Amino acid sequence: MSQINQDDKVKPIDFSTKAHYLTKAFRSPFYSRQEPLNHLKEWGRWADYLSPHAYTCSGIEYFAARNACTVFDLTPMTKYHISGKDALPFLNRLVTRDVSKIKPGRVGYCCWCDDAGQVIDDGTIFHLSENTYRLCSQERHMDWLMTNTLGFDVLLSEETHNVAALALQGPTSCATLKRMGLDGIENMKLFDIRHFNFEDTQLMVSRTGFTGYLGYELWIDPEHAEVLWDRLFEAGNLHGIKPMGDEALQMLRVEAGFIQAAHDFMPANATIRTGHTRSPFELGLGWLVDFKKPVFNGRRALLEEKKRGHRYNLVKLDIDGNKPGCDSYVFTKNKKRVGTVTSATWSPSAKASVALASLEAPHGKPGEELLVEIYYQKELKWSRVMAKARVVKEVFFDPPRKRQTPPADF
Amino acid sequence: MCDSMPSSKQPQNRLAGNYTREPESVKKYDAIVIGAGHNGLTNAAYLAKAGLDVLMVEKNSYIGGATASRELHKNWIYSNASYVSSLLRPEVFRTLELSRYGLQIVPYAGGNVTMSEDGNYIGSYVNPDVSRREMARISPRDANAKVRFDRDLMRQCRFIRQFMLSTAPDPTSFKPRDLMGMLQMGKALLDLGEDVIYDMIRLYTMSISEYLDEYFEHPLIKAAKAGSGIIGSAMGVMSPGTAYVLLHHAMGDVDGTMGAWGFARGGTGAIARAMKDSFEDNGGTLLTGSGVEQILVKNGKVAGVALENGDEYQADIVVSNMTLPRTFLECMDQKDLDPEFIRRVRNFKIRGSSGKVNMALDGLPEFTAFEGNTELITGDMHVIDSVERLEIAYDDWKNGTWSKDPYLDILIPSLTDPTMAPPGKHFMSVFVQYVPPKVNGKDWTDDQRDQFGQTVMNQIEKHAPGFKDLVLHAEIRTPRELENEIGLTQGNIFQGELTMDQLLFNRPIPGYAQYRGPAKGLYMCGSSNHPGGGIMAAPGANAAREILKDIRKPNTVPEGWADD
Amino acid sequence: MTEINNQIVIIGGGHNGLVCASYLAKAGKQVTVLEAAGQVGGAAITREFAPGFKVSAGAHLLFMLDKTVCKELSLESAGLSFSQQNMTSTALAEDGNHLMIAGDSLQGANISSADQAAMKEYRRFMNRFAGIINRLNNRIPPRVGTKNRSDWIGLAKTALDVRMLGRDDMREFLRIAGINIYDILQENFENPLLKGALSLDGVLGTNLGPRSNNSVFCALHRLSGLQGMAVPRGGMGAVSNTLAMVAKQHGATIRTSATVSRILMDGDRVSGVELQDGEQITARTVVSNADPKKTFFDLLGARNLEAGFARRIQNIRMRGNVAKLHLALDGVPDFNGLNQNQLADRLLIAPDLDYVERAFNHSKYGEYSVKPVAEISIPSLHDDSLAPPGKHVLSAVVQYAPYQLKAGWSEEKAVLTDKVIDLLAAYAPGIRSQLVHKELLTPVDIENEFRISGGHWHHGELAIDQFLMLRPVPHSAQYASPVNGLFLCGAGSHPGGGVMGSAGRNAAHAVLGAKDIEGENS
Repeated sequence: MSQINQDDKVKPIDFSTKAHYLTKAFRSPFYSRQEPLNHLKEWGRWADYLSPHAYTCSGIEYFAARNACTVFDLTPMTKYHISGKDALPFLNRLVTRDVSKIKPGRVGYCCWCDDAGQVIDDGTIFHLSENTYRLCSQERHMDWLMTNTLGFDVLLSEETHNVAALALQGPTSCATLKRMGLDGIENMKLFDIRHFNFEDTQLMVSRTGFTGYLGYELWIDPEHAEVLWDRLFEAGNLHGIKPMGDEALQMLRVEAGFIQAAHDFMPANATIRTGHTRSPFELGLGWLVDFKKPVFNGRRALLEEKKRGHRYNLVKLDIDGNKPGCDSYVFTKNKKRVGTVTSATWSPSAKASVALASLEAPHGKPGEELLVEIYYQKELKWSRVMAKARVVKEVFFDPPRKRQTPPADF
Repeated sequence: MCDSMPSSKQPQNRLAGNYTREPESVKKYDAIVIGAGHNGLTNAAYLAKAGLDVLMVEKNSYIGGATASRELHKNWIYSNASYVSSLLRPEVFRTLELSRYGLQIVPYAGGNVTMSEDGNYIGSYVNPDVSRREMARISPRDANAKVRFDRDLMRQCRFIRQFMLSTAPDPTSFKPRDLMGMLQMGKALLDLGEDVIYDMIRLYTMSISEYLDEYFEHPLIKAAKAGSGIIGSAMGVMSPGTAYVLLHHAMGDVDGTMGAWGFARGGTGAIARAMKDSFEDNGGTLLTGSGVEQILVKNGKVAGVALENGDEYQADIVVSNMTLPRTFLECMDQKDLDPEFIRRVRNFKIRGSSGKVNMALDGLPEFTAFEGNTELITGDMHVIDSVERLEIAYDDWKNGTWSKDPYLDILIPSLTDPTMAPPGKHFMSVFVQYVPPKVNGKDWTDDQRDQFGQTVMNQIEKHAPGFKDLVLHAEIRTPRELENEIGLTQGNIFQGELTMDQLLFNRPIPGYAQYRGPAKGLYMCGSSNHPGGGIMAAPGANAAREILKDIRKPNTVPEGWADD
Repeated sequence: MTEINNQIVIIGGGHNGLVCASYLAKAGKQVTVLEAAGQVGGAAITREFAPGFKVSAGAHLLFMLDKTVCKELSLESAGLSFSQQNMTSTALAEDGNHLMIAGDSLQGANISSADQAAMKEYRRFMNRFAGIINRLNNRIPPRVGTKNRSDWIGLAKTALDVRMLGRDDMREFLRIAGINIYDILQENFENPLLKGALSLDGVLGTNLGPRSNNSVFCALHRLSGLQGMAVPRGGMGAVSNTLAMVAKQHGATIRTSATVSRILMDGDRVSGVELQDGEQITARTVVSNADPKKTFFDLLGARNLEAGFARRIQNIRMRGNVAKLHLALDGVPDFNGLNQNQLADRLLIAPDLDYVERAFNHSKYGEYSVKPVAEISIPSLHDDSLAPPGKHVLSAVVQYAPYQLKAGWSEEKAVLTDKVIDLLAAYAPGIRSQLVHKELLTPVDIENEFRISGGHWHHGELAIDQFLMLRPVPHSAQYASPVNGLFLCGAGSHPGGGVMGSAGRNAAHAVLGAKDIEGENS
């Protein structure tokens, strides 16, 4: 939590001078709009930026995302710009999936591994135009990406600070954007990218998100950040728009079954302890691995793993009772310890305690009955329950509207 | 030329093996520990704690050896030799109750900063985001490569840490204990996995310069990291084997923060003082101003020590905290030793390579490069901008002179510890690399020592104009002073170089790496032994554990290093 | 496009490529060797450098050629012979009071009896330790940390070899194997000339000075052939020509002037090679005698590798630091204090340890040595096929001369050539007047002539971090590369450089999938 001096003006981000140290955390280009809305006056840090845990109350923000729409500031997310004649082969060697299937104007989810087939990070590839891509991820990867450029004719640069980004998520998000004047927004399919004229610049919109519901992500140059925010809230005013912080997002993404680096897996490039990393198969991302590609990082090791079998399964757990199973051990019915919960939340939509858990293989088949050891505290008294849990196949929140085109207005 | 090179080939043998004198006083102790440096004190304290009647003899009027703080200028406390602490084992701290005897280790806020000649610098900050950004200011790629660098280094630290607070197994032995030890080491190794094992072989054998090339691209960043590979070492950044020295400086921690360094409140000597109090509280006897003339051996067993002042004390156990050559070549009758053993002791590599300049300052110096930044001055400050410059500094040492463009580790402890200097005034500690044990093959003269001091001060003055006017008093220590005052042979700060041939079961020499000397009852507890130098207290503790084992006393010395 | 099924293509007809071809052909495989130059041999060739004058242009002394390879391929009955064997090394002194080193006996230079005794002991333990490396030379390096039985057996064998040294020697081995030859020589000897000469064992062909750790290891590696220095009759090219003949006898095809421009891939495996003229040759197995950087980056392309592996290849240290001087002389050079017999010895200019260390210092900063060290051979004294009657060739390895010379080689090459001749003239004052022709190969020339990245003779610095299961890098140290069907057989692989043949032999066994490949002599 950092305290902010109200008088400070938004300063352009400048790394190049020694004086950068005077800035203890960066402010997003939306800061001037976020600050007055941040009633709690608490800021978390996300990749050197101030990022609100919550503006008012994470529960209310959660329901706004499921019931109306919310705005989440994505600017701190790491973004790389990749272009040049070898951009496609470069990305194809980098990530496990076949990037040639991501056509221009489309977005694809992907993960990438080291040579040992251990996941470094997951992220999204935006195919902006022929031979031009944006790669978005939780962690920074300049070292690995630069290493990957050897032998390829590509230009690589980090554009995290040059692109301001907002996620607009929730059932009324399409209606809000329509009202803001983005004609034809309703025709965008899931993972589509479109460019719109906005003020005197271009606004890029992708139908993507981290909440598992209808939603869009808006990308713009930082100079137009504030006006975008204003226009968005103006348009969303009649559609229940609210700003949202990280706490609500965590609930939403666990419900939607999305994994996150440093929560559900350790980035392989930063993991010290042998055996603490995971392969795509161990994270349920086997569908992202395309062995038809003759070469990509981790291919040999993953082929080997396919033969040998993997060590872990990342699964979704539906846990009895109402105590969220954060940081819990998972046992079989015979009390054999087989794993740990990596992320957990109370799902207000499913009215269930839900979790993502990493279990030792072969445990984790859908329908398997397990026990989750949950410690919780009420008025300083600690209790422990061995809550029954089931491995479930489907995500906890998966409305049809997520994929519908055009989406319903409300 | 050749003869001018520092060499351990020709030790001075003060005693030609003909020591005979009638003892003047005789008292028999259970154990006598020679040298009140921090390892000697640790060793003595554990023995006393186990119920032994222990006598500790120290040649100087003050205690601490290289872990000393003295008031050489009125109202200023200098950390005369060692000046920071990171390796001191918390297990030792706790079991000797050093906190009860007033010891506080305070981490210093700044990280470190390396200033280049063109006025730039690379600093590190308490806030990890700002630190990362600072690196990205110079090289975005390097800022990210640091994650991989830290990962790889930390993997190796975690491995080697396991073996610090325990005796190294002997790979040539068939004793169950050594076989078990080797097995454990093998298992720990295999647990790392194939690639980490390969990285280990590489880290242990490469030069710091080549090792850094695999991670970083910017010369200033490489220079900033390379310094840790040569501190206290008689090697250059381009010498294979220096990458390990980096590990030695990275494996410590302050309160679990790996690689962090701190000050002992009241100067480094506070550590020795607390240890001494712990020792004396456990019934130990300390005699200062009592240099040892000879360790007495009768029929292959130690019998006690004879002091320079003529006093003689008896004990069946004598523990030497002195360096290996000092113990065996200077304080023993050579007839008591096997010629092959003597040959090996003579071949022990213990070349000094560092000096120290301690200064009382009238105020805080201003470093031009900082441009008003007050955060960087609290940590280690270096003035270097390329590995080549570091290597040239080493070439000077090889040629038998001190570096004309030396590598400096500058600290102003008084910014963190208010007890070191009067308010508004400061104590500056400058560690200097490289400084040879002899100048062009001849002993240092006072004049040369002062010239060396000037070299160092001029170097700082270049980066902090007006600095020299602030100097009220300076203590300049070349290897000569380190040897004469503290007894560090050739002024080597680690009591022996930290190279492959002198690590683990090879330290100090093969066959004698388990703290036992060649005579029954004779033990070694100094940094010449595994795991080596730095204020770690591990050699002292390990030796105490072995002694207690030999006399079948229950072990009261902590062992192992809990990492998760 | 030539269609040949199931054949094995070997890229490069250097000695290791030829050895590999011989073994594979002997095993009944259809093998084609593609050599870019007009003659086989790579860096083991004899070529004319002035009308009528021939010289071993790359390696010029033979001391590591593996005995198992010799025997298994019957090289001597195939005609390999020597004009000189068990050569004495002579450490030159400017005053003519030279030191002759023949095995463990020393003569001249007022050598003390202490040094003579120490030399016997030095040779004894160095040879014992070199024996451990010798036994490693003919093994496919085991991997560490795997669960494979064969890896464990490989490791256990080496551990046993070390154990078998006995307690004292084992301790000494563990102590010195990783450190520097300066310390070891200082521990053992007094005579500066002796120490200087012996230090060359540890630093020739490397980026090390005597004080650099790892130099003891290099010395042991150099001694691991466990045989004396020799000069093949007809120069080093004779070794290659004999090997080529043997390979052909076993049925291998050897094509010269066939420059491979790239390795072809079909899916995730190699499918053949393409030559510079566009000809494609299909093969399910491609074995590369080229250095690892050339193989993986220039011929295969980094994009066909996983990135971590590519980074390891990129990090291989292989910058040459040696120049080669060839002189055509119109008479026998007159070295002070040497008779014609002694002149045929291996002559060394390394008067003391600090001289060598100072020579090395320059190379750290991208400069060549102002006063270089040199290893000199005058092979024409015993082999009249190399020079016209009465005339002679002098061949010298000159150190240090870094690949990345700060000042650039184009102009400095002539300056260094003169400096080296001046250096020789200090010992053989009349040599300048005898000069018919001079040629200096800098590391850049070596890179160009022999197609070795960085001009490093050993296809990669010989160091503990680039040896055994780490050579050239992990995951290709067992000769099979991470790319299916692509193997390495050059000096960039274990056990490294020197005209040894072991890498070629081991690689052939790896290709054939043999489990236990130890030869009788190993």
